[in-house]
Amino acid sequence: MSDDAIAGDGWHRLHPLSPLIRAGRAAIAIVVIVLPSLRSGGGGLWGNASHVAVVGVLALLGFVSWLVTRWRIDGDDLRIETGLVRRSSLRYPLAQIQAIDTVRPGLARIFGLSELRLRMAGSGGAAKLAYLPARQAEQVRARLLALSAGAHPDTPEATHEEILVSAPTGRVLASLALSAPVLWLAGVLICVAVVEVVAPSAVGPVFGSSTIFLLGSVVSLWRQFNASYRLTVADAPEGLRVRFGLVETTAETIPRGRVQAVRMTEPLLWRPFGWCRLDVDVADRVRDRNDQRRDGRQLRALLPVGTKADAERLLTRVAPGAPRAGARPPRRARWKSPLRYRRLAYGFDAGYAFATTGRLARVSAWVPLTKVQSLRRVQGPVQRYLRLATVHLDTAGKNVGAAFRDVDDAESFRNLERLTELARSARRT
Amino acid sequence: MRHLEVACVAFVALVILGLVAGFASLWGGLIGVVCVAAAAVVADVLAQRRVSAWGYLEREDDLLIRRGLLVRRLSAVPYGRMQFVDVTAGPAERSFGLATVRLHTAAAASDARIPGLEAAEAARLRDQLASLGEAHAAGL
Repeated sequence: MSDDAIAGDGWHRLHPLSPLIRAGRAAIAIVVIVLPSLRSGGGGLWGNASHVAVVGVLALLGFVSWLVTRWRIDGDDLRIETGLVRRSSLRYPLAQIQAIDTVRPGLARIFGLSELRLRMAGSGGAAKLAYLPARQAEQVRARLLALSAGAHPDTPEATHEEILVSAPTGRVLASLALSAPVLWLAGVLICVAVVEVVAPSAVGPVFGSSTIFLLGSVVSLWRQFNASYRLTVADAPEGLRVRFGLVETTAETIPRGRVQAVRMTEPLLWRPFGWCRLDVDVADRVRDRNDQRRDGRQLRALLPVGTKADAERLLTRVAPGAPRAGARPPRRARWKSPLRYRRLAYGFDAGYAFATTGRLARVSAWVPLTKVQSLRRVQGPVQRYLRLATVHLDTAGKNVGAAFRDVDDAESFRNLERLTELARSARRT
Repeated sequence: MRHLEVACVAFVALVILGLVAGFASLWGGLIGVVCVAAAAVVADVLAQRRVSAWGYLEREDDLLIRRGLLVRRLSAVPYGRMQFVDVTAGPAERSFGLATVRLHTAAAASDARIPGLEAAEAARLRDQLASLGEAHAAGL
């Protein structure tokens, strides 16, 4: 692929193998659905012919979709045109890019292709270029990042970077073994074992009815593992670079100043090891109808599992100068939140607000005041009786906004007023 | 004007519940109607209290919206954070010349709406908010 292939003007097509790779991912799903019906012996010749016909139609559709899809970088926009019957021309303003991901599913890696995913602010969802040859994808990504930062389009991506943290595989496996899905899985298996002893004839139905659940938890575990495998976070001039993946690899660049909130979670079971998890939230809509998939709604883990020192080091990069300790709610808040009370804390300075909460796990959230969208004070009936109130800071992310829970009534009004002022002056600088 | 909304709700409740009760015997129907009337009075009082708890205040840099009795909410939405403002009026609202103004920020959680405004006031508020939003606009 020559360099002028992305020189900016003119339309480009995706790689011709793109539909195959997309279908390849769907094919696994089809096999999973079709296999039981084949095994049960139904269908016969007619059934097989219909399967072949379905596959043929899908292949044709894939080819047509490739034929009618084209893209170009047009000044400050990325334009994608697609659709045969209902033609749609999408225009993504580069200034609104929140993060750029290079995603390479296993099949695409075999063919040396990658997908570019531009996470945008607003309700349009992500812009996807699937798939491009890996080298071209790198070039397009560098170009898009440069354009979104307002630099000259031919600015190359900086090569020097400072690796901040990486997650050792052993620790990732250990942390997964101590996570909620595995415990549920173990619980279900124990139940099945108990049923086996008590009523052996009932094992089949019990096992059958929990198959979907088991499959679901295995898939979610696999995703978590894949998203944590060999994860490294590096600090580069254009932002944070996050890379991870075993089969499907992802390289993501979060430009500076796009982080809406940071969250640190310390689950109960990880406490003996002093581990924690650090997530960042960037602004892309959750309630997007096109992107209902699970990973579309998950936060990006900067640190899937790490020591407190690792988390601290990342935090100082992502949220420099954020406060760590703050005020605690009055003692009477114990009546309202008996489990949470021990953890509740909140604080803010001119740049950041933070709040800690959580019943079993300890969850802390930091929100830059420049990113606060609105402030809310909410007081339920029990809180009113106890003269308490909660102050919420809403951000454009996925509901990670910090909440000052069960603050003294008068204090909550003072906080609201003070935060409004601080957020205003933070916005103006 | 908000009174009308309350009366409307109470009336609709009366009709629906009356019809349901009417399927029973004559005595049952009468008792039902009495109960419904009593419930309607209570509902009316509650609705009136709820409506009177709803309020908004235009400040220099943000809009304050207060609502709720059982759960009390107070939202502060900075003008610069508003992405768009829309005015909606359902059939019931329209027949009384009312409208709802809704403010959208980039955060899904900041649910800021002001229902039951007179149409003229709603339009004024919308224009006011739109121009203030433009003057204060800030990026994400």
